[in-house]
Amino acid sequence: MGEVKLIGTHQSFPCARIEWGLKIKGVEYEYLKEDLSNKSDLLIESNPVHKKVPVLIHKGNPIAESLVILEYIDETWKDNNAHSLLPQNPYERALARFWAKFIDEKCVISVWGACVAQEGEEKEKAVEGAIETLSHLEKQIKGKKFFGGEKIGYLDIVAGWLSYWLSVLEELGEIELVNAERFPCLHEWGKNFINTSPIKDCIPPREDVLAYFSFGINYVRSMAPNKA
Amino acid sequence: MSYMIVKDEKGIIEVKWQIWRKTMERREDVKLFNFHASPFGQRVIWALKLKGVDYECIEEDIFNKSNLLLELNPVHKKVPVLVHCNKPIAESLVILEYIDETWKQYPLMPQNPYQRAHARFWANFAEHKLLDAAWMAMRSSGEEQEKAVNEAREAVEKIEEEIKGKRFFGRDNIGFLDIAIGWISYWIPVWEEVGSMKILDPLKFPAINAWITNFLSHPTINDTLPQRDNMIVYYHSRRKEVSPF
Repeated sequence: MGEVKLIGTHQSFPCARIEWGLKIKGVEYEYLKEDLSNKSDLLIESNPVHKKVPVLIHKGNPIAESLVILEYIDETWKDNNAHSLLPQNPYERALARFWAKFIDEKCVISVWGACVAQEGEEKEKAVEGAIETLSHLEKQIKGKKFFGGEKIGYLDIVAGWLSYWLSVLEELGEIELVNAERFPCLHEWGKNFINTSPIKDCIPPREDVLAYFSFGINYVRSMAPNKA
Repeated sequence: MSYMIVKDEKGIIEVKWQIWRKTMERREDVKLFNFHASPFGQRVIWALKLKGVDYECIEEDIFNKSNLLLELNPVHKKVPVLVHCNKPIAESLVILEYIDETWKQYPLMPQNPYQRAHARFWANFAEHKLLDAAWMAMRSSGEEQEKAVNEAREAVEKIEEEIKGKRFFGRDNIGFLDIAIGWISYWIPVWEEVGSMKILDPLKFPAINAWITNFLSHPTINDTLPQRDNMIVYYHSRRKEVSPF
C-alpha cells in the first residue's frame, strides 16, 4: 500500500489527471497533500528540477510531469484487468500523444490567456485564439463518446480539465468558450466525462478551484504593464 | 521474405524484379517532410537511419510551404511530418516514439518504465527550458541576450548532472534521449557563433562536451548533418527575424 504515493493538491487539474489514471487502473495510493505556498522537503527532493506537483513516487522512485506520469502508470500497471489508457496501435498512440501535447501546450495557454486578458481588443483577440484551438478538439471528439472510444483513455484524462476547471476559468475571465451551441460534441463529452466514475470521485469543490485560479489570475493581471 | 531462385534466366529476372519492387514499396512507404536546417527534423533522420529504415526525404521551403504540408499538418503547419503508409504524424518527439514502436530493431527507448519516464522527462525539459532560451540567445543582444544565455546555462547545468559518468544518455548506446537532445551538439555551437555568445562552456560543462564529442563521432549521427557553412549563413539571416519553426 505504501508503495504508491502521489504528492499533489486537489485543486490542480494536472494532479487530478494522476488520480484518474490510478483509479482507472485500480491502483491504491497514498495522497500527500502539498501546500504550494510552503513546499515540503519531500516535494523539493522528489522534483528538484521544477519543484511542482504532481509527483508520483513508486517504490521510492519519483516521477514528475503529468503526461510522463500517465504513460508510466499505463506501462507499469498493464495487467490485473485494468484497461489500457493509451491505444495499442502505434499510429493511434502517436495521435493521442500529438493531441495531448496540443492540449497542454496550446489549449491551456490560449484559454488561460483569454481569461487573464483585460477588456478590449486584446481580450477579443485572445478569446478568438482560444476558440480556434478548441475547435480542433471539437473535430477530434465528433462521433465518439470519449477520445478513447467507448472507454475513457489517456487523451480524455489529459483533456479532462475542460469538463470542470474550464467553467471556473470562464467565470473568472467573464467569457464563454465551450457551450452546447458552439461546440456541441465537446460539451457533450464534458458532461459524460465528469459524470463517470471514477472521474467524478476526484473533483475538488468549486470554491477551492475558484480560489486557486483567482489568485493566479489576479497575480498575472497585477504584473501586466499599465496601458496609457 | 524468401524467393525461389529458378535456374533459367527468366526466373532469375522475376526474382530480382520482386526484390526491387518490394524495396521501392518499402522506400516509398516512409516519407519525411523536412527543412534541412531544422533541429526537429534531424531527430527523425537520426532515428530512421539508426534503425536502417528507408525513407524519402522531401525538402520543404518553410517560407513558402507546400499545400501538401498544410494538408498533412493542418494544426501546426510545420515540419517535420512523417508519413508512413499514407498516415501523417507530426511533432518530432511523437514521431520518435512512433518510429521506435513501429520498427523494433535498434530500440531507442529503454525497456524499464521508470527509465522511459526519465527519458521523456528530460526530453521535455530540454525542449521547454533550453531550446527557447538558446534560440533567444542567438537572436537577441545586450541585456535580453544576457538573460537568455543565463537561462540556457541554468538548463544545461541540470542536463550536465544527468550525463555525468555516462557515455550516452542511453548508457552504452545512443538512445531516445540522445536523439531528443542531440540538437544541442550541433545547433547550439552554430547559434553561439551566429549570436556571438557562449552557452556550452567546456570548463563549466565538461560532461556535456564529452557527450557531444562521442555523439558526433558516431558515423550515423555525423553523416546526416547539414553543412555547417550553410547553417551559419541561414541562421545569420534569421537572427533578427521571428522563428519560422
